[in-house]
Amino acid sequence: MGSMKESVTTAGRKGYEWLEHRLGLLRPMADAAAHPTPANNASWWYVFGSAATVLLILQVMTGILLALVYSPSANEAWTSLNVLNHNVALGWYLRALHGWGSDFMIAIVLIHMVQVFLFGSYKFPRELTWIVGVVLLLLTLGMAFTGQVMRFDQDAYWGLGIGASIASRVPYIGASLVHLILGGAIIGGATLSRFFTLHVFVIPGLLLAGVGMHVWMVLRHGVSDWPMPGRLVRKSTYEKEYHELTQRTGIPFVPDAAWKDAVFAAAILFAVMACAFFFGPFGPGGPPDPTIIQTAPKPDFAFLWIYAVLAFLPPSLETPVLMVAPVLGIAGLLLLPLLASEGERHWARRPVAVLMVSVIAVTLGIFTRLGTYTPWSPIMDAWTSNPIPPKYLHDRTPLEREGAIVLQNKQCRNCHALDGVGGLRGPTLDSVASSLTEDQIVRQVLQGGGNMPAYGNALNPSETKALVSFLMTLRGNDLEPAVDASRSLTQTSGFHAARSSAAAKDTNAASGQKP
Amino acid sequence: MSEFLKYPGESSNNDLAPEAKAAAHTRRVFLFKLAVGLNALVGAVLAVPLIGYLLGPAMKKRASVGSWIPIGDLSSFPVGETRLAEYRSPVASFDDGETAKVSCWVRRVSDQQFQVFAINCAHLGCPVRWFAESKLFMCPCHGGAYYEDGRRASGPPERGLFEYRYKIAGNSLVIHAGDMPTLSTEASCKGKPLVQIRPAADETRSTSWGA
Repeated sequence: MGSMKESVTTAGRKGYEWLEHRLGLLRPMADAAAHPTPANNASWWYVFGSAATVLLILQVMTGILLALVYSPSANEAWTSLNVLNHNVALGWYLRALHGWGSDFMIAIVLIHMVQVFLFGSYKFPRELTWIVGVVLLLLTLGMAFTGQVMRFDQDAYWGLGIGASIASRVPYIGASLVHLILGGAIIGGATLSRFFTLHVFVIPGLLLAGVGMHVWMVLRHGVSDWPMPGRLVRKSTYEKEYHELTQRTGIPFVPDAAWKDAVFAAAILFAVMACAFFFGPFGPGGPPDPTIIQTAPKPDFAFLWIYAVLAFLPPSLETPVLMVAPVLGIAGLLLLPLLASEGERHWARRPVAVLMVSVIAVTLGIFTRLGTYTPWSPIMDAWTSNPIPPKYLHDRTPLEREGAIVLQNKQCRNCHALDGVGGLRGPTLDSVASSLTEDQIVRQVLQGGGNMPAYGNALNPSETKALVSFLMTLRGNDLEPAVDASRSLTQTSGFHAARSSAAAKDTNAASGQKP
Repeated sequence: MSEFLKYPGESSNNDLAPEAKAAAHTRRVFLFKLAVGLNALVGAVLAVPLIGYLLGPAMKKRASVGSWIPIGDLSSFPVGETRLAEYRSPVASFDDGETAKVSCWVRRVSDQQFQVFAINCAHLGCPVRWFAESKLFMCPCHGGAYYEDGRRASGPPERGLFEYRYKIAGNSLVIHAGDMPTLSTEASCKGKPLVQIRPAADETRSTSWGA
C-alpha cells in the first residue's frame, strides 16, 4: 500500500515536471499566487475586485450557453428568447443567471471603484491600474446596454431609438452616426446584428484583455496597503516603504489573504443563483413591433438615472449637456490619478473625496428612484380609469358636475392628480382654487404656460365655463379661495386711500384672507 | 576560431557584444526596416476596404434613402380627424421582421390637405400617442406634448413633430419614407440643412402659475 502511494506521488511529480519543463507557466503562476502581501490589506474591504472577475467569468460562461439557442436576427430574436424561457430545459435559469449576473457585476464594479477611490489606492504607482479600471467600468456599462438590446423586446427597440436620437444630436456627423449605429436607415436586423457583434465579440474581448492588464498591474505593484492617516504617498519613497512593509508583515496572498476573496466570491455567486432561481429571468417584454405604440419604454436599472436626467433638462440645454457632460465626467475619472497621484490616502483626511462620493451616490439614487415611477410622464389611461372622487361631486351644481365631466374627458387627469390619483406631470388640483383666482384658472387653461399646453383650441366656451366652475370648488380642506389683490385696490373709493392701506391689503392677500 | 563548421548565418564577429553585433548588421537592419515598411503598406491597403465596409452604412447619401410609399385610401382618413396608419418601410432589409413596420399619424386637415407625422417624439424617438379629446400628442417617455398640427406644446422636445412629405395619388395617400426620423435624419427629406439646436419655440417657461 505504502509503495503504491509512493509510486503514485512519484508519477504525479514526474508528470508535473514534464509539463512544467515544456510549459514553464505553472511555477511562475504558483509564485504569483503566493506572493507576499502586507498583512493589513487582508481585509474584507479588498474582496470586490476578485468578485467582479468571478462574475465576469460567470457572464462569459452563461453567455456562451445562451448563444447556443439565441438567434441574433430581428425576425427571430424575440421568439428565441421565449423558446429559451419556456421550451428549453433550464433555459429560463440560464437567462436569469445572465441577467442577474449583469446587475450584480455592475453593482460590484461600482462598489470596487468607490472603495479604491476612498482608500486612495489609485495614487502612485497604481495610476494606470485605475485608468484601466475606468475603461473596464465603461466596458461593463457597454455590456449592460448592448445586453439590453439582445433582449429584443419593445424596450430594446425604443431604447435603440433613444440611443439613436441622442447620437443624432452630435453636431455635423449626427446623421452618419445614426446610420452607423443602426446599420442602416431604420432599427432592424442590421441593428441587432451589430449590437450582437459588440456584445459577444468586441466588448468581451476588450473586457478580458483589460482585466488581464488590470490584474497584471495589481501583481506588479502589489495590493495597496491599508491607508493610514498622515502616511503620505510620495513618488520618491512609496515603493521602498511598501517593499519594507511587505517584508516586515508580509503574508502569502494565497492562502492567507485570498480566503476572504474566495468566501465573498462564493457568497456573491450564491446570491446571483438565489436571485435567478427565485425572481427568474428579465422579460422579454412585448414583441419588438413598432406599430404597437401602447408602450412606455424604459431602460434597465443601471440607466434609469440617465433616463430621468433627460426628462429634466430644458430643451435648449439638452444637446450641449448631452455632448459635454459625459466627456467631462469620463475625462475627470481618467485624469484623477494623474492630478492626485501623491499625498494623503486615508478618507478621514480627504473630506472632498468623501463629499464627492456622497453627493454622486445620493444624486444617482434620487434620479434612479425618479426613473422608477417617472413623475414627468403623463399617465396615458388616467382619464378613462381613474374616476373623479365622489367627495368632489357632493353638493355641486349641475354646471360644476358638468365641469367634472369636462375635466375627465379632456384628459386633464393624465397630468393632474385628484385625491392622489392621476398623473404627476402637473400640479395636483385638489386645492387649485385656493392658489388661483377664477381669472387665473381661465387664463391658464386657455393659454397654457409653465409647461402646460394651451387648451384654447380643445375647449369651447361652455366647456371652459363648466370646467372652471368645477375647478373653483376645489379648495382642499375648505381653504379660503384665492383672491386677486389688485382687484381689491380698484374697488376702493380713492387712489390715495388705496395707497395708504395697500400694505395691509397685501398682507391679507398673501395669507389668502378676504380683504 | 572554432574548428567546427559555422552554422548558416553565424558570422565572424561572434566575439562582439550582442548590441555591437546588432549595430554591425546594417544590411539586415535595413532589410528589416524595409520589411516593416512593406507590412505597413500592405496593412494600409488591407485596412482601406475593411474600414470602408465598417463605415458603409454611414456613407450612404441621404438622398438615396427612402422612397414614396402608399399608406392607405383617402377614405380611411376622415376630414378633421387624426388617425394611426402603418406601412412597411421601403428601406427594410431581408431580416428586419416586424421591425420593418412603421406607424405614423395622419391628420386630414381638409379634403386635399394632410399632415403626416412621424410616430417618433422629436425629443428621443419614443412613440407619441394622439388624444383626440384634448387635441394633443403625448409622449410616454419624458412627457413631451404636441398640438394637433404638430407644434411643440410642452415638455423636453425642442421642436415640433417630424412630418413626412405626402402626395395624393389617385385614391391613396402616399408619403416619402426612409430614415427613422431624428434631429439629424428628419422624415421629411426636404433637403434642409441638418437641424441641430433649434431654439425652443417662443414659449415662455418663466413661472409655473404666473398669471
